[in-house]
Amino acid sequence: MTSIQLIVFLPLIAAIVAGLGNKALGNVPAKILTTGALFASCALSWPIFLAFVTGHAEAHTVPLLTWIQSESFNALWELRVDALTAVMLVVITTVSALVHLYSWGYMNEDPDQPRFFAYLSLFTFAMLMLVTANNLLQMFFGWEGVGLASYLLIGFWFRKPSASAAAIKAFVVNRVGDLGFMMGIFGTYLVFNTISIPEILAAAPGMAGSTIGFLGHRFDTMTVLCLLLFVGAMGKSAQLGLHTWLPDAMEGPTPVSALIHAATMVTAGVFMVCRLSPMFETSETAMHVVTYVGAATCLFAATVGTVQNDIKRVIAYSTCSQLGYMFFAAGVGAYGAAMFHLFTHAFFKALLFLGAGSVIHAMHHEQDMRYYGALRKEIPLTFWAMTAGTLAITGVGIPGTLFGFAGFFSKDSILESAYAAGGPGTTAFLIGVFAALLTSFYSWRLVFLTFFGKPRWAASEHIQHAVHDAHGHAHDDHATHGHGNEHDNAPAQEHAGHDPHGHETQAHALPTGTGGYHPHESPWVMLIPLIVLSLGAVLAGFLFHGAFIDPAGGEHFWEASTLAFNEHLMHASHEVPKWVKWSPFAVMATGLLIAWASYIRYTDWPAKFTAQFYVLYDFLLNKWYFDELYNAIFVKPAFAIGRFFWKRGDEGTIDRFGPNGLAALVVAGGRVTRRLQSGYLYSYALVMLIGLAAAITWAIIPR
Amino acid sequence: MIGLQHYLVVSAILFVMGVLGIFINRKNIIIILMAIELILLSVNLNLVAFSAYLGDLVGQVFSMFVLTVAAGEAAIGLAILVIYFRSRGTIAVDDANRMKG
Repeated sequence: MTSIQLIVFLPLIAAIVAGLGNKALGNVPAKILTTGALFASCALSWPIFLAFVTGHAEAHTVPLLTWIQSESFNALWELRVDALTAVMLVVITTVSALVHLYSWGYMNEDPDQPRFFAYLSLFTFAMLMLVTANNLLQMFFGWEGVGLASYLLIGFWFRKPSASAAAIKAFVVNRVGDLGFMMGIFGTYLVFNTISIPEILAAAPGMAGSTIGFLGHRFDTMTVLCLLLFVGAMGKSAQLGLHTWLPDAMEGPTPVSALIHAATMVTAGVFMVCRLSPMFETSETAMHVVTYVGAATCLFAATVGTVQNDIKRVIAYSTCSQLGYMFFAAGVGAYGAAMFHLFTHAFFKALLFLGAGSVIHAMHHEQDMRYYGALRKEIPLTFWAMTAGTLAITGVGIPGTLFGFAGFFSKDSILESAYAAGGPGTTAFLIGVFAALLTSFYSWRLVFLTFFGKPRWAASEHIQHAVHDAHGHAHDDHATHGHGNEHDNAPAQEHAGHDPHGHETQAHALPTGTGGYHPHESPWVMLIPLIVLSLGAVLAGFLFHGAFIDPAGGEHFWEASTLAFNEHLMHASHEVPKWVKWSPFAVMATGLLIAWASYIRYTDWPAKFTAQFYVLYDFLLNKWYFDELYNAIFVKPAFAIGRFFWKRGDEGTIDRFGPNGLAALVVAGGRVTRRLQSGYLYSYALVMLIGLAAAITWAIIPR
Repeated sequence: MIGLQHYLVVSAILFVMGVLGIFINRKNIIIILMAIELILLSVNLNLVAFSAYLGDLVGQVFSMFVLTVAAGEAAIGLAILVIYFRSRGTIAVDDANRMKG
């Protein structure tokens, strides 16, 4: 039993025991079991990672079982341990362990805690299977496993219709990507006759330039394979086009968003591209596509993030945008920078989500930032943690020195590599810099709206509930507000399109201010993960940039993996002009300044801006109308086709002429024949006569 | 000259009248009995006509049997009718509809 086996299978065992034990096991044992298993996995992961960082470890595989063996097709259960896996191991197990711990506090009032923790552990197992896979089939197993866990966790509060819908949406949109991934795997097996990743990567350069028939045309083999696999990555990593599920996934509990939809699962696509980077290197077209898709996502998500009001959705779009950074880094060949950003992003984005969860917890499940404000003094530890996360995501740091937060190292490295790579990289660089401006703006907007200014809590229904609950005459007020469901078990009501002013006129709501509510700082089980992640957000960049992106150090570190580290590019990225180095810093400062001006100094600016540029504002508020577009292109026709087959095909043809038709025929026949038995002698006699005449006629007619 | 076919035509007319008397009659079960008599007589006429035509006396002998049977039939039918009237109080055809499950 090596430590990697323990790392991977402890969460599975915990998930099985807690999941099957469920209520019989009880809340506390289930929580102790799953959390303990995750902390054990985490404790075992860090030595592996540090051994790779210090260069004392070799890539190796630990065979488990033979899965499928058929002629030349050979799928084994194997755990691959190399530098790339090690990075993912620490990211997954650390964030997961902290999220488990955090959930003790966040999910404290939930009636279904063993189920929740079992799902979390199951997710962790599937994700670990994904990153330790040594063949594409095992990777696909993990890929689907995390998809399943994501579905289960988004729909954890399945009694809430929006959560169920979001879970289904996430699952269905991911199927689109998974189709691409599956076809990529099939194609890869077709071309290389193996699904073992090392063998594929070894054979890939030899295949460059060959062509393959696809959809009736000849295409470059590697381009087709890489693009198909990239479609899978787009689905999982919520890239432009297949991103629509990620914001909706925020319906799940906040710890889930932190773990799955920020730190780990959504980065699986980036991981996959990096894992298969030698393959992507063989196709310039595929690389360009990756770059452009990444850059487009980066820009799209950042623009939408600037106008969202739900605190979790802002962070969700931020995640989407940061994933775009990772992809265009991979697209220009800076895989080390992509993985580095994945690594640092995991810390500060998990921190931001957990911090947002802490705010939501403090504000009695109110998620709309318009009802926050002035929380700095009320929940100081959360405020400082969120500030650390924001400093990290906006990439605060002084170029040319080693002083900076985690995002400073990784994001600047991405932008510099993109500039140094030239070609589509230049476009990506410009978009990335602009997105960094937006990133800085929306991140600080979130902080300023939440923690600064005046309290605007009174208008929030959730706060009103909380206040009235405290006063002991809760249930009448529940009824007048029109939702009598227990809001402790089903929190996070969507407030889209909700007019704050409409409620101010209500008798028991104060116009502005606190509404008599006192936010409470979260319990320590929630604050400890925030503190640990804050340390990560502050230090992760400084501590590990040498291993990830330094030309020499990176070469050494990534040697023990399948990642195609481009030493020259990283060299070049260190020698970009001064203005390139300073531009991220400049836009970061500009974004901060605009956010400060708009939300602290001149608070009437946002309203004026939205009034002036309402077309742009609506466009962004409606997320570039992607949902509406997909509704028109895919959902409506699918409904129409479904309705056609339902009404015309099933009901109109099969039912009509099948079961229903036969039944109607029998009924009608019965109705006719019933008349024959009238009871009148003469009618019987007539029938007899007719029958007799017919029989005699038949007998005497010569044939 | 009255030939065979004239007899046959008369016989057919009588037969059809008898049959229709059974089916169209809605009044009275006695009329049904009379209609049956009519049918039997038309058959008798047929038998006698063919007997004369073919010069074979068997047909005429046979018609005597039919008359005998018809007399018996009428007697039994009327007896049943009397019993029926005693039990139901009516001999209207439309009321005789009990022959169904």
